Amino acid sequence: MLGDHSNYLVLVQVVLPLSPVQIRFILIQNRAGKTRLAKWYMQFDDDEKQKLIEEVHAVVTVRDAKHTNFVEFRNFKIIYRRYAGLYFCICVDVTDNNLAYLEAIHNFVEVLNEYFHNVCELDLVFNFYKVYTVVDEMFLAGEIRETSQTKVLKQLLMLQSLE
Amino acid sequence: MPAVSKGDGMRGLAVFISDIRNCKSKEAEIKRINKELANIRSKFKGDKALDGYSKKKYVCKLLFIFLLGHDIDFGHMEAVNLLSSNKYTEKQIGYLFISVLVNSNSELIRLINNAIKNDLSSRNPTFMCLALHCIANVGSREMAEAFAGEIPRILVAGDTMDSVKQSAALCLLRLYKTSPDLVLMGEWTSRVVHLLNDQHMGVVTAAISLITCLSQKNPDEFKTCVSLAVSRLSRDYTYYFVPAPWLSCKLLRLLQCYPPPEDGAVKGRLVECLETILNKAQEPPKSKKVQHSNAKNAILFEAISLIIHYDSEPNLLVRACNQLGQFLQHRETNLRYLALESMCTLASSEFSHEAVKTHIETVINALKTERDVSVRQRAADLLYAMCDRSNAKQIVAEMLSYLETADYSIREEMVLKVAILAEKYAVDYSWYVDTILNLIRIAGDYVSEEVWYRVIQIVINRDDVQGYAAKTVFEALQAPACHENMVKVGGYILGEFGNLIAGDPRSSPLVQFNLLHSKFHLCSVPTRALLLSAYIKFINLFPETKSTIQEVLRSDSQIRNSDVELQQRAVEYLKLSSIASTDVLATVLEEMPPFPERESSILAKLKKKKGPGAVSVNELEEGKREGGELNGGGERGADNSNMAASNASTPSPSADLLGLRAGPPVNAAAPSAGSLLVDVFSEAGANDDGFLRDLEPPTESSDSLLAEGPGDSDSAPPSVVSEDPAAPLPESNELLNKFVCKNNGVLFENQLLQIGIKSEYRQNLGRMYLFYGNKTSVQFLTFTTTVTCPGELQSHILFMCTFKKLNVQAKPVEPLIEGGAQVQQVINIECLGDFCDAPLLNIKFRYGGALQNFSLKLPVTINKFFQPTEMASNDFFQRWKQLSQPQQEAQKIFKASHGMDTEVIKAKLLGLGMALLENVDPNPENFVCAGVIQTKAQQVGSLLRLEPNSQAQMYRLTVRSSKDTVSQRLCELLAEQF
Repeated sequence: MLGDHSNYLVLVQVVLPLSPVQIRFILIQNRAGKTRLAKWYMQFDDDEKQKLIEEVHAVVTVRDAKHTNFVEFRNFKIIYRRYAGLYFCICVDVTDNNLAYLEAIHNFVEVLNEYFHNVCELDLVFNFYKVYTVVDEMFLAGEIRETSQTKVLKQLLMLQSLE
Repeated sequence: MPAVSKGDGMRGLAVFISDIRNCKSKEAEIKRINKELANIRSKFKGDKALDGYSKKKYVCKLLFIFLLGHDIDFGHMEAVNLLSSNKYTEKQIGYLFISVLVNSNSELIRLINNAIKNDLSSRNPTFMCLALHCIANVGSREMAEAFAGEIPRILVAGDTMDSVKQSAALCLLRLYKTSPDLVLMGEWTSRVVHLLNDQHMGVVTAAISLITCLSQKNPDEFKTCVSLAVSRLSRDYTYYFVPAPWLSCKLLRLLQCYPPPEDGAVKGRLVECLETILNKAQEPPKSKKVQHSNAKNAILFEAISLIIHYDSEPNLLVRACNQLGQFLQHRETNLRYLALESMCTLASSEFSHEAVKTHIETVINALKTERDVSVRQRAADLLYAMCDRSNAKQIVAEMLSYLETADYSIREEMVLKVAILAEKYAVDYSWYVDTILNLIRIAGDYVSEEVWYRVIQIVINRDDVQGYAAKTVFEALQAPACHENMVKVGGYILGEFGNLIAGDPRSSPLVQFNLLHSKFHLCSVPTRALLLSAYIKFINLFPETKSTIQEVLRSDSQIRNSDVELQQRAVEYLKLSSIASTDVLATVLEEMPPFPERESSILAKLKKKKGPGAVSVNELEEGKREGGELNGGGERGADNSNMAASNASTPSPSADLLGLRAGPPVNAAAPSAGSLLVDVFSEAGANDDGFLRDLEPPTESSDSLLAEGPGDSDSAPPSVVSEDPAAPLPESNELLNKFVCKNNGVLFENQLLQIGIKSEYRQNLGRMYLFYGNKTSVQFLTFTTTVTCPGELQSHILFMCTFKKLNVQAKPVEPLIEGGAQVQQVINIECLGDFCDAPLLNIKFRYGGALQNFSLKLPVTINKFFQPTEMASNDFFQRWKQLSQPQQEAQKIFKASHGMDTEVIKAKLLGLGMALLENVDPNPENFVCAGVIQTKAQQVGSLLRLEPNSQAQMYRLTVRSSKDTVSQRLCELLAEQF
């Protein structure tokens, strides 16, 4: 009676979707591997963060345009898109919706573009503290917070006008 | 200089950043930074009070330096001060500094709670959002303690601005995930669910995330969200002409937390939505931009996930499959990849399996031609998933041919898949043997132990394939270069069944021996050990080879081999062959008995490789079923155990012949001639990862519930952690109550660890499987668990704990759980008498250097040992009257804490383990149950009556049983359930 070991596998399936957050982290890196934004939605210590940054860079930069925009990464997957010399990467659960996050990246980039009037890498360097505000408007607690570009930009302009 | 930074920017900061960028070397950069740090330090220490702007600027510079990768050891107080500024820009920099640095300095958190509190109550939406974002970013337990009460209020208050609501919803989600015990939704539940109706799309988007998470944990309380989600799904801004893609995706994902809606109207509307989504995929695109098609397809894939999740609408399943079929040939690599991935799950549905199979040629083509290895990987996964009896030969052949050129990264997995498919769908065993031997030939290095163990298990258990196997392996060994794994299989099979082909002069005993021995010197020690065992078996099979083999054994290279294992074998086999009579030899070296029935070792391996979720249940069940056929069914297993039993009673003097170390329990228990050979081979395997241990994990083989004292568990890892077991967590009683009426589910979860539980009971025995899942990406070290029984219980329940990892094949390693991995523990339970307190489970491990130590109550409650008893109405009342002494009855009147849904109540009562008696109570509203609690000492008959009063939202519960303590305990337990 108790020897039926195939059964517990049913449970394994139920238990495993360990998803404390949807997005584990967002990274913006240039081709040389310099980080332009790192936003973490999970607790990592500093060494671990550095390791992740290097690994993501290694995984993503070897891929070309014929490859998919998705890479399996440890237990997760990276959804990324390249804009000029910058890689925008989002790390999510393997079961998450690839295309939705791929377009969430694009949506985010379009907002940055509008906000900084033709965004370039230097904007992200000099205004790093504003980029965090943009991120928090659009992603919070590892979830998508707001997707309407109009609303996000309106809010950002309002904040811009504050002292 | 970038456009925005003009006018509003901090000039000093921009200059500093430019300076850093202009540094030619790392040294120059460090020099510049040190200069700046000195400057800032002096400003902060100076007598002159800094104005807000300067403070902001310097804090921002410090942050920039930190982000460059330098340590910051001052400035925190200035950042905290910024929080109380009235100016947004100053506050924002203060909050940002804290959110980014909080990892490195958790002392900070305590300092800022006050400022956060002020901002939350400021009624200024901008400030409120800043504070909420800070909480959401940090999400510590201290914050949960301080704010978990306040945030729901903000979320549902009528006058809260939309943007604040959005932030509050996600902030609450973060706190819930950190500290679910502190976030009490109770009174807010329905108002939170109704956020799905909010006018503001952003509020809905944020709220769905919260609701999805909450309903995964409390599906019943949130189930009204299903109909709201369905109606929301059918309403709309657009992103590249697609209405609200992320919102739709989130809604569709929320619905995947629930079974199909029961309400026909809701279901109808939903099916209509899903059809519309499928229809839209066929419409011509409204824009050529990839954003348009991505947004559209994001929804489509999510809809298909939902369709697969329901797995009840054949029409939709087949349409989904056809749509994915079109994507298989799409020019976008992303879509081909996702279609392959999605189809994998469709393949396991009975409704769409056939439809998936029609795409076999395209998928095989993808395997051969895709440029991106991850796409080829998905193609291989899909071929594996769509494989059945009808196409197994084709798929296995394609996979084998792909293996010759496959990427190194996926070879091992491919090998496992081929091996599993070959076994699962083997109709004739010669095909199976050919396939596995081919596999070893093509990809020998990637053939793990499990694969060749398995082919041997199967050949041993099927006598109709033994001759063929011997012949084929003999032929394969004739290749000039053959893989060591082939030699292993060859040695084993010829040692057992070489006699079946010895009649042919081309494979006479000596030819066989010489062929094997020609490989001997090229092999590693474990293989040589195996070959020596094959030789001694040859002596028994073919007396004419005796002198040749003795010669070999006697040679210096064997009998004086520097490897002690080889030397010992040579010496002992030589002695055995010279002194034992033929009868003794024949007994000792008898053919291997069939292996007992069990889960395929390779399936277990694949599961381990892909993570436990990867192998579908279907597949496993099927694997088991089919594996059963292949192994010759259960009766052989029974034969084997009979044999072991009879052997046990005839101890043989030759048992210690090989000077074995203490073997696994099953062998140690049967020191007999029959088991000698088992030991020989287990020893051979012990050198290379435990051959027999693999085939026969000791923990599984002992069926008896050994009565071992608590804490006495022999296999528990040595206790490295010295701290005393922690007292049970405050929530452990609540957790215990959750499992009174069910046996499976998630017992406990925090940020690091998830504990799943599955248990089964029969009579007074139980077995519980605990699954410890590491949710982090970091190893847990010195993971130790101990089960203890509090005082009184100790004498009543006995536990035998065996710690077993999912990978039974593992060498004894440090007790660690890899990041993302799961470990299983089996606990056997025997109930000796009735009891009240649950046993305690203490868990200790190290995570990133910090010791985690906590205790939970194991959900073992007296009702688990119920046997249901059916009886007629008059029997029931007769017994009810018999149990009329006052102390035999326990009664409670209590308020309903959940809805009073009849079906739910019934389900809970059934879960309790008693028989639910229909048409017994004259009042049809009432529920009556009967059952007998089985303990080793006695049986306790129990009767129960539950009378709901839906007007008053109250219940009256009466329990009568032959033992007063049992009545009391049952009454207490049950009162918490309704």
